Amino acid sequence: MKKPSGLKMALIHMGLSLMCMVTLYPVLWVVKMALSPSDSMSLTANPFPDAVTFDHFREVLLSSDAQGRWVFGRQVMASFIVSGATTVVGLTLAVTAAYALSRFKFPGKEGGMQALLVTQMFPATLMLVPIYGILQRLRLLDSLTGLVLVYATTALPFCIWMLKGYFDTLPRELEEAAVMDGASPFQVFIKVVLPLARPALAVTALFSFMTAWNEFVLAATLINDPTRFTLPVALQRYVGEYKVEWGKFAACALIVSAPVMALFFALQKHLVGGLTAGGVKG
Amino acid sequence: MNRLVALVLLAMAWSAHAAEAQPEPLKLWHAYRGGEEAALLQATTLFTEKTGVRVDMLALPYDAYAAKLTNAIPHGAGPDVFIFNHERLRNFQGQNLLAPTTGTLVRADYFANTVAALEVDGQVYGYPMSLKSLALYVNTKLVPRPPTTTAELLALLPTLSNPAEGRFGLAYESGDFYFHAPFLFGFDGPLFDATGRASFDTPGMARSLAFVKKLQDERMMPQEVSGALVKTLFNDGRVAMTISGPWFAGEIAPSVRYRVVALPTVSETGTPMKPFLGVEAAFVSSRSEQSARAHELARFLSLGESSRVRTTVGRQIPANVAAYQFQEVKDDTLISSFREAAKDATPMPNTLEMARVWEPMKLTLRAVLQGGTRPEDAGALADRRYRALHRERPPEASPMPWLTLAGVMALGGGTAWVLRRPAQSQTFRQRYPDVSRAVTYVAPAAAGLLVLVFIPFAVGLTLSLFHHDAGQYTFVGLANFVDILASRGYSITEPLSFYFTLAVTLLWAVVNVVLHVSIGLGLALILKDPLLKMRGVYRVLLIIPWAVPNYITALMWKGMFHRQFGAINGLLVALDLEPVSWFTRFSTAFAANVATNTWLGFPFMMVVALGALQSIPPELYEAAEVDGASKWTQFRRITLPLLKPAMLPAVILGSVWTFNMFNIIYLVSGGEPGGATDILVSEAFRWAFQRNEQYGFAAAYSVLIFVVLMGWSVFTRRLMKPEEAS
Repeated sequence: MKKPSGLKMALIHMGLSLMCMVTLYPVLWVVKMALSPSDSMSLTANPFPDAVTFDHFREVLLSSDAQGRWVFGRQVMASFIVSGATTVVGLTLAVTAAYALSRFKFPGKEGGMQALLVTQMFPATLMLVPIYGILQRLRLLDSLTGLVLVYATTALPFCIWMLKGYFDTLPRELEEAAVMDGASPFQVFIKVVLPLARPALAVTALFSFMTAWNEFVLAATLINDPTRFTLPVALQRYVGEYKVEWGKFAACALIVSAPVMALFFALQKHLVGGLTAGGVKG
Repeated sequence: MNRLVALVLLAMAWSAHAAEAQPEPLKLWHAYRGGEEAALLQATTLFTEKTGVRVDMLALPYDAYAAKLTNAIPHGAGPDVFIFNHERLRNFQGQNLLAPTTGTLVRADYFANTVAALEVDGQVYGYPMSLKSLALYVNTKLVPRPPTTTAELLALLPTLSNPAEGRFGLAYESGDFYFHAPFLFGFDGPLFDATGRASFDTPGMARSLAFVKKLQDERMMPQEVSGALVKTLFNDGRVAMTISGPWFAGEIAPSVRYRVVALPTVSETGTPMKPFLGVEAAFVSSRSEQSARAHELARFLSLGESSRVRTTVGRQIPANVAAYQFQEVKDDTLISSFREAAKDATPMPNTLEMARVWEPMKLTLRAVLQGGTRPEDAGALADRRYRALHRERPPEASPMPWLTLAGVMALGGGTAWVLRRPAQSQTFRQRYPDVSRAVTYVAPAAAGLLVLVFIPFAVGLTLSLFHHDAGQYTFVGLANFVDILASRGYSITEPLSFYFTLAVTLLWAVVNVVLHVSIGLGLALILKDPLLKMRGVYRVLLIIPWAVPNYITALMWKGMFHRQFGAINGLLVALDLEPVSWFTRFSTAFAANVATNTWLGFPFMMVVALGALQSIPPELYEAAEVDGASKWTQFRRITLPLLKPAMLPAVILGSVWTFNMFNIIYLVSGGEPGGATDILVSEAFRWAFQRNEQYGFAAAYSVLIFVVLMGWSVFTRRLMKPEEAS
């Protein structure tokens, strides 16, 4: 390819910078709200704070309930436990199922794949009513275990489809060679297939983690005890019926978003390969 | 790995149940925060000291509170005592959540109208704790003598208002019917007719709306007022008066000198502006296993020492008559002025009819204030809305024909499948050699999916044939679908009718997907160039919106589109343009939704497109260059065809996501104006959770969404087909 002219390059950079500014502007706005001293607002387009205070962060981080328990710490723990367990459970279930769907022949395979897709088209909010009843019968209401199971299974259809698409693109010859060398089918799966599928695994793990980390409606309905709220539910208390505490909301929103952003940037190299290869045959 | 999972699960199950090992304390639920919560804690501590019974307090988020109670109590998972306002009383009582207070409640302990508010059919439920009603907060520096009539108010306001400087005489949450009710009652408008049915089309309604509209039109009152705005303006001294409840006192900055007085009398009618009286009460759950102790706790919280603590620490207006004998309470001007203001208050009816008034009134109020409807036509509009949103139970249908039909279809289908199946030359084992391994791999996922995805899905489908009212399901056949498809209560081209909402939903999905794909693809085409400097930086920055949880995005953008303080209007003003009221017109409200969703959606398409572009071998372009093909030809002949297999699934997925993108619609425009920007899934949500839990009707909406998306997926599969063949 020949090198583009300087003028064209400058134009491209200008366009991209403009796009980045549009992308960053709302984020800067949240940062400004989180750092500005009062909740007062005024009409301005300037996304940088006039004065800086960390009061909102301090109040959010140290928030405790009337009994003096450090609620925020427990909520962070709850969020990490739920999201971590969801990722582990979801990924384990999705990887095995997707591998079977990609490699083995069994009755009901095509039908099952279609059924998975079909359930994605029914609005999730309406599933809430039956899910509540089922968890109640399983005695899993108001427990993080119940929440993990719901998150892991509801994310499954998407994860299975993505992983199956990726497994389909992996050449079977490698597995056959491993079998020739005397590996058991399970060893082939663990030692050969999984390492090859690492990009797709990373992306699926990221999605499972994000689903659990960001989900709000189910968590708000199923969990009663504030010390076991996940962070999105905790965030809701700042956007109350009578008053909205924008400063604390913004500070809390930044804290909630930070881990997901960190994960995103850690995994963004995989993101491009993992998503697309899975999608090609999806 | 599996062992680790088991351990993690075990550890969590243990931590969840560890708390239950101790002797049973009473469970008390509330939605208080701050001072009110601290006061309640002190009161329960007093109770424990006195009786030795421990109390477990649980603070729930207000928005989810009612739904949690109606879900948890019938399942035996609820509290023994809970604190709630009396407005939902009839609803709770209809679902048998409440224990009557016969024999334990002494009427003379409380103000008569507070006990009356808790009565259903002669039976009292709950112990009145505090009053909530509206009064006038006056900044005494700006208004030394508070107005007692509307004539005085009208004379005063112009001197206090200067819209150019952002100063207003009055600001209150004018779009909320709770705040408008005093005006309505002051202008002698009854809300219910003699039979107890809501009546909107009255002269009082028209006059009260015209009055408020005039205040807004003459810029003596700001537009689109939210609670946060009132707080800011009042604390900055930019608003001289506001209408609010006792909770507002805690929001006022210490530097502001203020007084609380009763709302003025309407000069035209001579009637005082009577606010709604809300009563907060301690209710005992009908399912409490320690009923006697629960009653003891509830009664304790409402009387004596508790009411003193709740008044002094929690700043509540006690319903207990004796509380006003405490010296601290006597000296407290805020408490006594609210008590004074509440004398004229109309106890809010605890009937179901009252619950049905809110949504039509909110739609109507906003329509008038935004200028879409004239005050004199508002009553008729509210009446139409009311009739559309208030569904009577359809006639009960017999499920027999359905069961028979389902049975016949299952039988017929099964027979046909067996008969038409090609004769198998191989045995099952030969056809599926590794079926047993497949089963071990698939079984765990399949079990989870069955229980938590497929069964809820089937239940959801079935629900659409039922009508749900106060915990009772009635089989009604296709009545829900008939109502939706016949667009009952709306003309077809009116917002909130099924067809209008469907059209908006389709427009929403198409516009968004087109923008996502074109922006995403455009950026990917630029970013794929390996010679581009700072490529990694751009990519990381442009991916940010994807990493932000979408409800945060939604609230963030909602703030940016705010009429008075939004950054977008800030930009417009900086560019010397007029600020825009984004949510008063369909076009701008829809644009605001689209802008938000585009911001959050393009990175996904960009990443998919980047991956797809990288998989195109560069030799193809080199060959094309040698053949002298132009850039445009290369794009059309090489890039597009090779992108299609990777982009198409992403586009289909994206369109399904967008179609059901509830968070953005609900949080950004909230359906404004008048439900015009609602999409099907947000309508379904409202029917399920905001209009008396009509799960059946909501499920019918969901089934229709499902049908539309199924149709779309069949269509797209056609699109994909030729690809697979090639």
